[in-house]
Amino acid sequence: MAELDINDAVVTTRLDAVVNWGRKNSLWPLPFGTACCAIEFMSMAASKYDLARFGAEAMRFSPRQSDMMLILGTITNKMAPVLRTIYAQMAEPKWVVSVGVCASSGGIYRTYATLQGVDRVIPVDVYVPGCPPRPESILFGIMKLQEKIEKESLSMRKEHIARFYESLERQETIQAEQGLTGQQAIRNMLAGAAERGAGTIF
Amino acid sequence: MEAPAMTRQEPDGDRMIVNMGPSHPTTHGTLRIVLELEGETIVKATPEMGYLHRGVEKLGESLSYTQFIPLTDRLNYCSAIMNNVGYAGAVEKLLGIEIPKRAQQIRVLMSELARIADHIVCVGVNAVDIGAFTVFLYLFKQRETTYDLFEMATGQRLHTSFTRIGGVFRDLPEGFVPMVERFLVECGAAVDECERLLSHNPIWHGRTKGIGAISPEDAVNWGYTGPCLRAAGVPQDLRKSQPYLGYETYDFDIPVGTTGDVFDRYLVRVEEMRQSLRIIRQVLDRLEPGPVMVDDPKIALPPKEKVYTRMESLIHHFKLIMHGMEMPVGEVYSATEAANGELGFYIVSDGGKNPYRIRVRPPCLPIFSSFEDQVKGALIADAVAVLGAMNIIAGELDR
Amino acid sequence: MVIEHIDAQLPGAITDRHDFRGDQTIVVAKTNFLAVVELLHREGFQLLVDITAVDWPERPETQGVGRFDVVYHWLNLANQERLRLKVPMADGETMPTLTATFKTANWFEREIFDLFGIRFEGHPDMRRLVTWDDFPGHPLRKDFPLDGGDAFCMEGCTAPYNNGERGGE
Repeated sequence: MAELDINDAVVTTRLDAVVNWGRKNSLWPLPFGTACCAIEFMSMAASKYDLARFGAEAMRFSPRQSDMMLILGTITNKMAPVLRTIYAQMAEPKWVVSVGVCASSGGIYRTYATLQGVDRVIPVDVYVPGCPPRPESILFGIMKLQEKIEKESLSMRKEHIARFYESLERQETIQAEQGLTGQQAIRNMLAGAAERGAGTIF
Repeated sequence: MEAPAMTRQEPDGDRMIVNMGPSHPTTHGTLRIVLELEGETIVKATPEMGYLHRGVEKLGESLSYTQFIPLTDRLNYCSAIMNNVGYAGAVEKLLGIEIPKRAQQIRVLMSELARIADHIVCVGVNAVDIGAFTVFLYLFKQRETTYDLFEMATGQRLHTSFTRIGGVFRDLPEGFVPMVERFLVECGAAVDECERLLSHNPIWHGRTKGIGAISPEDAVNWGYTGPCLRAAGVPQDLRKSQPYLGYETYDFDIPVGTTGDVFDRYLVRVEEMRQSLRIIRQVLDRLEPGPVMVDDPKIALPPKEKVYTRMESLIHHFKLIMHGMEMPVGEVYSATEAANGELGFYIVSDGGKNPYRIRVRPPCLPIFSSFEDQVKGALIADAVAVLGAMNIIAGELDR
Repeated sequence: MVIEHIDAQLPGAITDRHDFRGDQTIVVAKTNFLAVVELLHREGFQLLVDITAVDWPERPETQGVGRFDVVYHWLNLANQERLRLKVPMADGETMPTLTATFKTANWFEREIFDLFGIRFEGHPDMRRLVTWDDFPGHPLRKDFPLDGGDAFCMEGCTAPYNNGERGGE
C-alpha cells in the first residue's frame, strides 16, 4: 500500500465556510403564501422556472422541517401573531425572504388592517421588490440569500434570533396578563416601540 | 398564547379538534377552519376569515376612481382582468357612458382568457389537493401561456390594471392575435387531456362524487353564484341573463350540473373553459380596428403627443389628473360574471373625485359561509376537496 | 314590477324611491322592513345578493335621519329583476336579522357588525368577521382614520394619500 501524503487527502478550511456551503445549497423553503405573490411562487416552483436548480425544491409546509421562510403576500395585522408563531417554530438556523412589496413595507395597503412590513415583527434577511415580483426576481432573491449565507458567521445568527425569542416571550406575557388577543398585544407593542422611536418590536 | 374563542370550548367525549390554517397548503390563501372530529368524521367546522383583510374598501374612499383600478387587480388575483372589467363597468354605469366596440371586444377577449386561467388554477389545484399531480402540470403549462399573453398586452403577468374608465389602457399589440390563435389550439388539447385524465378516473370519482352535494334551493338560499350554483342545476349566468359588453351577440352555452357536488363543479368548470375558447374564437373573427377609449376629454386622458403639442389637450390632461372626472351624484350596483360568480361593485358617489363608499360584493364570501353545512358529516379528507372546488380566493374574500 | 306590488299590498311602506341608471331603489322604514322582505321573498326575490351599509355621519343634524343606511341587494332569478332596499337607522339601533329566511345573510351581517358596528337582533353568531375580537372601533365608519389612528402605522404616514379630505371642492 502506497504511503498517502497528508496534503492530498485533507483539505483545510474554516468551519464557517464548509458549514455555510452546505447550508446555502440545501435550503428547505417554507412557503408562507398569503396572497398574489404565492401565485407567482407556484410558477417559480413549476417546470418553467424550476426552483430545484438552486437546491431549494424540498418544499415543506411544516415549519419544523424547513429553514427558509418565503413570505409570499400581504401580512395583515390579524396574521401577524400567526407569522410570529410559525417563525418561532422553524428549525434553526433559519432565514426569511420577504417577497413582494406588501410583505416588505405594506405596499399599496397603507391601512388600519395591513402590517407595514414584516420586518417589524420578525427578522428579515432578503427583500424582493415587485407587486408581484416575477419568478426570476424571487429566484434572484434566493440567490442573494445564498450569497449572504456564504459570508455570514455562525455565531452572529444565533444572537440575532435570541432577540426575537425574547420579544415573543414578552408578547405572551402581555397576552396572558392583560387578556388580549395576539393581534392586540402586537399592536400595543408596536405602538410602544414607535413611542421609543423604534420600528420593530424585537 | 391564549387560544381564540372558538378553540376554547372543550370537546366532549372522544372528539378531537383539528386546526386547519391559516397557513396551510390546501387552504388556498389564508383561511382558517377549526374542525371538530369524531374519528374521521367532521362533527363541526368553524371557518374563520379576515387573515387577508387589507382594508380595500376603506382605502378606496380616499383614492380617485382611476386610482382604485390597481386595487381591483388584487381582489381575485387569479383572474385580475375580470375585476378590472367589473369595476370599470360599474364606474361607466355611474357615468352613463358606453365604451367603443373594439374596447368591448378586447375586454371580452381578456376576460375569457382570465376565466380560463382561473378555472385552470381551481381545477389543477383541486386535483393536487386530492392527489392527482399530473393534471396540475399539464394545465399549468397553459396558464403560463395566458400569463405571457397578459404580459404582452398589459405589461404585467398577474396584476394587469388593463382597463381604464371608458375603455382599455391600450390596443392589442402586434403579434397578439396569432399567439391567441395558437393558444386556442393548445389549450383545447390540454383541456381534453385533463378530461382524459380525470373525467373517467375511478379514484377521482371516488373522491369527488357526492361530496359537497347541494340542492338548487339551498344553493340560492346560501347566495351561491357562478360555477358552484350552475353545478347545482341553476342556469344562472350573467353573461346570458343580464348581458353586458355585447355578450348577447356571442354564441356559447351554459353548462349546468345536477347534484352540485365537487365532481359536477369540476365538470362545469372544464366545460366553461371550452365555452370560453369558443367565445375567444368569435372575438378574434370579428375584431375590427377602431378606438379603444371613449372620445371624451372629460373622461379619457388625451394621447401624449397631443399633450406635448396642444394647449387644450394639456389643460384636459391637467384637469383630469388634478381634479379627476366629474361624477354625478348617485349610487349604482353593477355585476359581472367573474370566474367565481357574481362580482358586484356598489359605488356611492357624492359628486366628489373619490367614491363616497365603494363596496365589493365578493362571489366567494357567501359560498365560503356555507362551508360548515357542506362538510358536516363528511370525512376529514373531503373537507379539502370541498374547499378546493369552492375556489376561495382570500384576496377577494377578505378584501 | 315588484315596487307596485309592495305599494299595493303594504301601502305607505315605501318612504322614498328612485331609479338611477336603471337601478331601482326603495327606502323602507325599519318598522316595515320584515313585512317588505317577506313580500319580496314571496314575489320570487330568492337570491339575496349582498348586504352592506353606508355611513353618513352628518345626516342626523342636516336631515334628521339616522347616520347609517343598511343596503340590501336582491335578485329575482326568474325574471332577472334587481332591487335595492335601503333602511336608514341611527347609531346604536339594531336591525332585525334575515338569517332565518336567507342563510347567506349570516356572514354579511357579521361583516357589517364588524366594519360599521351595527348589531343585528336575533343573529345566531354576532361575532366580528374580518378583524380580531378586541379590535378597537369599526373601520368603515367615516370617523375611523384610514391608518387606524395610532402609532401602529409607520412614523410619518399619519396622513396617507388624502385621507379625510373629500374631493370635488
